[in-house]
Amino acid sequence: MNSPAVLFQMEGTSLAYQGREVLRDIRLRVSPGEKVALLGASGAGKSTLLRQLRLQQATQVAWCPQQPGLVPMLSVYHNIYMGRLDVIPWWKNLANLVYPNPVARTAIAAIASQLGIGDQLFTSADRLSGGQQSRVSLGRALYQRRPVFMGDEPVSALDERQADQLLGLMMQQHETAVVALHDVALAMRHCTRIVGLEHGRIQLDCPVSETSEQALLAFYPQ
Amino acid sequence: MNLPPLYPFLRSGFRVQRSAQGMLRTCLLFVVLALLCLPWADISVTTRDPWLELSRLGWGLLTPDFGRPGELILALANTLAFALQGVALGVVGGFLLALGYRFALIRRFSAFIRAIHELFWALLFIQLMGLSPLAGVLAIAIPYAGTFAKIYGELFEEVDPSAWQALPSGTGYLSGFFYTLLPQALRPMMIYTSYRLECGIRSSAVLGFIGLPTIGFFLETALKQGLYSEAAALFYALVLVIVTMRWWLQRRLVLFYLIAALVWLPPKVSLDTALVVRFFTEDIVPSPLRSIQGWSDVLPALERFWPWLNQLWQQQMWAGLTHTMILALLALVCTSVITLLWFPLISPLFGGRWRQAGGHVFLVWMRSAPEYLLAFVGLLLWGPSMLPAIVALALHNGAIIAHLVGRYSEGIRLREDAATGINRHFYEVLPRIFRPFMAFTLYRFEIIMRETAMLGILGIPTLGFYIDSAFSEFRFDRALLLLLLTAMLNMLVDGMARSLRQRLHLSSQPESL
Repeated sequence: MNSPAVLFQMEGTSLAYQGREVLRDIRLRVSPGEKVALLGASGAGKSTLLRQLRLQQATQVAWCPQQPGLVPMLSVYHNIYMGRLDVIPWWKNLANLVYPNPVARTAIAAIASQLGIGDQLFTSADRLSGGQQSRVSLGRALYQRRPVFMGDEPVSALDERQADQLLGLMMQQHETAVVALHDVALAMRHCTRIVGLEHGRIQLDCPVSETSEQALLAFYPQ
Repeated sequence: MNLPPLYPFLRSGFRVQRSAQGMLRTCLLFVVLALLCLPWADISVTTRDPWLELSRLGWGLLTPDFGRPGELILALANTLAFALQGVALGVVGGFLLALGYRFALIRRFSAFIRAIHELFWALLFIQLMGLSPLAGVLAIAIPYAGTFAKIYGELFEEVDPSAWQALPSGTGYLSGFFYTLLPQALRPMMIYTSYRLECGIRSSAVLGFIGLPTIGFFLETALKQGLYSEAAALFYALVLVIVTMRWWLQRRLVLFYLIAALVWLPPKVSLDTALVVRFFTEDIVPSPLRSIQGWSDVLPALERFWPWLNQLWQQQMWAGLTHTMILALLALVCTSVITLLWFPLISPLFGGRWRQAGGHVFLVWMRSAPEYLLAFVGLLLWGPSMLPAIVALALHNGAIIAHLVGRYSEGIRLREDAATGINRHFYEVLPRIFRPFMAFTLYRFEIIMRETAMLGILGIPTLGFYIDSAFSEFRFDRALLLLLLTAMLNMLVDGMARSLRQRLHLSSQPESL
């Protein structure tokens, strides 16, 4: 059998959050090139699963957590720059705090204008709206230039049209993606595979073509 | 302040809206001012072999000599007795002043009495009452009363007013105060008061250096004779008393301690009434004005007064003032550097539990050493210059602010993929702690200025040097004017730091500083 290389793998794993078991007997494999959407009501364990998956390939993953975790005093530019702190020598990082590095500035300005925050490049993060903050968080993930994108509700603070546009951008810029979403239509449009979580288990795992928006709405009890 | 923007190249094209801009400029201003001060700051090492002395000191610290337990216990008992009585009297005085803290006059008065360092008060009272217990107790009580008045007063102002407003109309001020304000402010007042007792023990220890029988007296003797092992034993005893305070300072034992302190060291005094009268009516009057007998003497006396004042200004006041400001500014900048280097030691964002515990022990040690003692040791090591004073102030105050900043950093939650090491310090943590760091440091600036003036007693030419000389030459008129100048400088710095804190939107709440 000639199975493609596996990026993420869980074989009957149980996962706990703050000491309480939230996911049982998880079997999941993600291969390069897949765009996986995690669906499930809040509290279903999407964040716990994502956190655990990220640790399997921490250096490959561009990470976009639910709380952007920006540094309020630093500018948009610096917050995006922080995505690559680990690959640049520390003395260059320090110099960049005092005076922005011209190369990084060009690259980050391009990312920021793609995300629609080009005008705010040197505005402190604490002066941004919630939507702008999640764009900065996306920008940091983009600037990491890593093959896998992992996001926990990365576009939930944006309006429908912008969410659609920016999620498309993230999918286009990364080879593989695992994204927790609560918008079924977005998942259908941008992902190739749907994983549905319910009652602490994976209840559904199939290609987008084999399911329908109607069927997926069952994961969100009214 | 109209300083240029930090990124000049951005002036065209980008709107720069940086929340930290004001703070960064203020910081930069302080650093630039400190650098400009450097050419006037005497920071030379004048001893022949500082390393030899340092190694002897280090050896002493490693081999403490507890050979004279009787002397040690006597010194500790005296230190605690002065501290307990002084702080208790300060609490009473401060509480009474705080009752009237809404009146500007009382606020000014409180600011004035705390602007004069306890060592200066001690010099004054020793003149009046000799080396009597009451002199030491009052020297602690008076400036502490000024501080307590401020902290208690601000705590009363911050109490939720709804309980007060719900009282029946016609309730008197005192009834309302004891039923609504005091119960709500009591807890933070107790916490602050117990912290001040720690400061009181340090102050009491330092009073020994000018002759009162506390631990500082024995420390000075041992250090001057080069008996570093004996000095180390005394120092360890002092640190032990301060570090174990949280166990021995029990609420129900306070009254017992206080009675014991009064029995051990009754605040007796033998006042020479004639001397006291002479002090107030003659000694402290500027010498050219003493001869005034009637109206006809006034004009000639004033004609002599101005040259006298002018001479005093040129020879002592101006020099003392500039040296005090230069030293305080340099000490402030060094304190900030120490703070930023040391707070990671106790922060959970860096290192594990053991490293944090070690950091806590280290910082407690560093802040338990009174700055006067550190400066005294520094003088032995490096000779008389500003260097020992700067190092002493930076180590002591840096340890205190690092402790506060480290505790603040416990509330910071980082992302799972946050950077580590030096990148974490500068990108994730420093920007987040910068606002409280500035608030704490500016809060501390007034205290650094007070201490700088006081360290002059050691021979560094700040205001304290001239005050001490005036006292020892029995020129009390000069001493009084210099003391007033010192107080004015402190009140000015206090006001400046407060307005800076407000302008930068830093918290102005009373901190345990």
